[in-house]
Amino acid sequence: MAAFFLSFQAHALDPGAVEKLAFGDGDEKIEAIGVLVAEGDPKAAELLKAFAEGELQTSGKQVFIVRGDKAIDASTGKPTALPKEREDVVANNRLRGAVASALGAFKLASEDRNERLAATRALADAPAAMLPLIRKALEKETDPEIRGLLELTAAGMELKDGPKEARLAAIRKLAAAENPNTKTLLLEAASDPDEDIRREAQQSLRAVDGRLALGEWLGLAFAGISLGSILLLAALGLAITYGLMGVINMAHGELIMIGAYTTYVVQGFFRNSPLFDWYLAAAVPAAFVVSALVGMALERSVIRWLYGRPLETLLATWGISLVLIQAVRTLFGAQNVQVENPAFMSGGIQVLSNLVLPWNRIVIIFFALAVLVAMWLLLSKTKLGLHIRGVTQNRAMADCVGVPTARVDTWAFGLGSGIAGLAGCALSQVGNVGPDLGQGYIVDSFLVVVFGGVGQLAGTVYAALVLGFANKLLESWSGAVLAKIAVLVFIIFFIQRRPQGLFALKGRAVEA
Amino acid sequence: MSATAASLMQGPGSHVRPQDSLFLRLYGPRGWSILAICSVIAFVVFPLLHLAAPASSAFHVSSFWVTLVGKIMCYAIVALALDLVWGYTGILSLGHGLFFALGGYGMGMYLMRQIGREGQYQSNLPDFMVFLDWKDFPWQWWNTDQFWWAVLLAVAVPGLLAFVFGYFAFRSRVKGVYFSIITQALTFAAMLLFFRNNTGFGGNNGFTDFKRILGFSVTAPHTRMALFCITAFFLIGTLLLARWVVTSKFGRVLTAIRDAEARAMFCGYNTVHYKVAIFTVSAVLCGIAGALYVPQVGIINPSEMSPANSIEIAIWVAVGGRGSLAGAILGAGLVNGAKSFFTVAFPEYWLFALGAIFIGVTLFMPRGVVGVLHRK
Repeated sequence: MAAFFLSFQAHALDPGAVEKLAFGDGDEKIEAIGVLVAEGDPKAAELLKAFAEGELQTSGKQVFIVRGDKAIDASTGKPTALPKEREDVVANNRLRGAVASALGAFKLASEDRNERLAATRALADAPAAMLPLIRKALEKETDPEIRGLLELTAAGMELKDGPKEARLAAIRKLAAAENPNTKTLLLEAASDPDEDIRREAQQSLRAVDGRLALGEWLGLAFAGISLGSILLLAALGLAITYGLMGVINMAHGELIMIGAYTTYVVQGFFRNSPLFDWYLAAAVPAAFVVSALVGMALERSVIRWLYGRPLETLLATWGISLVLIQAVRTLFGAQNVQVENPAFMSGGIQVLSNLVLPWNRIVIIFFALAVLVAMWLLLSKTKLGLHIRGVTQNRAMADCVGVPTARVDTWAFGLGSGIAGLAGCALSQVGNVGPDLGQGYIVDSFLVVVFGGVGQLAGTVYAALVLGFANKLLESWSGAVLAKIAVLVFIIFFIQRRPQGLFALKGRAVEA
Repeated sequence: MSATAASLMQGPGSHVRPQDSLFLRLYGPRGWSILAICSVIAFVVFPLLHLAAPASSAFHVSSFWVTLVGKIMCYAIVALALDLVWGYTGILSLGHGLFFALGGYGMGMYLMRQIGREGQYQSNLPDFMVFLDWKDFPWQWWNTDQFWWAVLLAVAVPGLLAFVFGYFAFRSRVKGVYFSIITQALTFAAMLLFFRNNTGFGGNNGFTDFKRILGFSVTAPHTRMALFCITAFFLIGTLLLARWVVTSKFGRVLTAIRDAEARAMFCGYNTVHYKVAIFTVSAVLCGIAGALYVPQVGIINPSEMSPANSIEIAIWVAVGGRGSLAGAILGAGLVNGAKSFFTVAFPEYWLFALGAIFIGVTLFMPRGVVGVLHRK
């Protein structure tokens, strides 16, 4: 590129524009960028690049690009002597943004349709100074899709400043837009001093709203299901250890964290292998086994001695969680570690213009379903499941008929912990993996189990979905933190009204 | 040691009867003399060694120690408060960190107002409000430039919250682990709320950089010593109050609720009233401790409300010995002393040590240090 640039070129850039770019104020600079882009000269591209990278300097009236100890005249592109006294031309972030979109705009003239489409998309939010360039591109463009997008972008720019007729026409065109940003444009126009424009804008706005609303609602529903599936995964393990066995395991979050770190370690083994995309196939069972083993060790060493003393169990398992967090910190460092999505899980499906469903979340939803079905099968169809249910319902009687209750406890706890490990493996695909990962989920997962009703798997499922939906719905309306607070307060009130949760086992005992 | 300590640590039921004279009911002669010795150390020896002994002398107590001991005494008040509800009534609250922090924020607001125009932006408003481009104090800050109002807030807000929350929770018979979990959820929600800038309490950073309290500089040795003595006074006051509560008939009913709530109910006691009352008193004590804590430590931020802090309070009580008032104080001192030592000497191992304390105490010392001392 530099060689090409240094080669002699007869044609020079518009000196007025170059001057404005170097000496003008912010708005003049943007205007100058638009003019330079419209020339479509590769020299202009080089100049803008130099401008954004801070290589543009001035001395008196002269403007030149400085690279090392060589200087090139900005408008002609010829090498010149490097004067001693020179000043930098400063580009702020806004100008850099304008340059970035301008440089993208050069691709509008590309031969490749996909490149042109990408450039058109990138220009959607460009400043109005790009209008001449877009007009020029429209003259040549034949592809209907790109033409449509370009016309919308041009309409958006015309709407900002232009004669009244052009603005009205622009507003009508914008009614067909699917870009959420055009909505902001129309909103601005809807409070315009001119009444005609106001009326026209409101009409267009309704059309746009109708189309965007569907995408927004579907997006919200998807986000709700996605959060619900994550909560479900985090809470399913707890539904066994707390719900069925009655053990308050405050280290549950840390078992999730261990699952996530196991995924990280497994990923490390596959790092340079061609099978990298399939590392999850190894990570899922590994996360299950590691967390289950840790859980069984905890059950054997600590929790076993505290059955029937829930408050003490709470404190001891909290202590375990502290030890586990610090152990992971010592082993892997306090920083978050990087877990990459395999190729098939990155990206998403574009369903509507403003609705993209990310693959990793879709996979997690199905993963949660699979775990749920597997757990149900295990509890209802296997001998271990039978024993677990028997011990849950009547420990003494189960013991009498020969169920090895102590061993069942260990297995059940291991099962719950293993499912926590699976949750960690799933979480590593959508969030940060750090030593504090589990702390964020412990309050949530307890609330899911308690909300759903202790001892009820179905309740846990419903509770996870309800809380996921409620959280996302409130989030869209009041922001993430307030939504979270509202959900917590709701659950607090709910538990006070129905301490047994949504689905209670009916009984008449005084000590519930 | 063990014999004298044991007399302070005796349970309420050993030989005390509610009809004894108040003085004898609280403590026997030996208990009172230990208390007197502690008072002399706190009110005479410590101030003399800090203020009068020259800095070069071996007996000089540095301001580091004054702050540390002052801080631990605040924690001890919280531990006493939790012991009343957990050790004596059997309710494990994981919301006491919240009550403590609310008291701290109450006092913090007054201290922020006392900074006056000496902040970074030389405005009447605290720096964080200038930063957020607020023009005036939000409603929560009404009248907080008055000391009495700030103290009232520090006591009344935790008290009121505990009263309302406790009333609804206990009325619907939320108990045991359920109560622990919903108080934890409450604390968690409050922490998220206080992390928001819009709540009006300084967001993440909370309050810090205090200059004056009641016109005295907060960093001056005499002010620090005065705060220390006031804290010691409140700690002793709290101990006597708690002792009075647990040796009264009211305290006996609390113990009955802990041991067999259903029976207490069938005997005709409305356990909801008892539980709400002790929960509220306990929250107010935490508020006082928080208000004393903030001027000494010089900072209050939402991380004080993190669920972890509230669980730590429980472990202080567990280490000392549930159902023993002196044990609660002892536990707060031991755990926090260990924490100060570890976080300086081996910062990486503190969580290991704390975790081990949690596990070890619940497994091997169910009655805490006091229980071990008693056995001998």
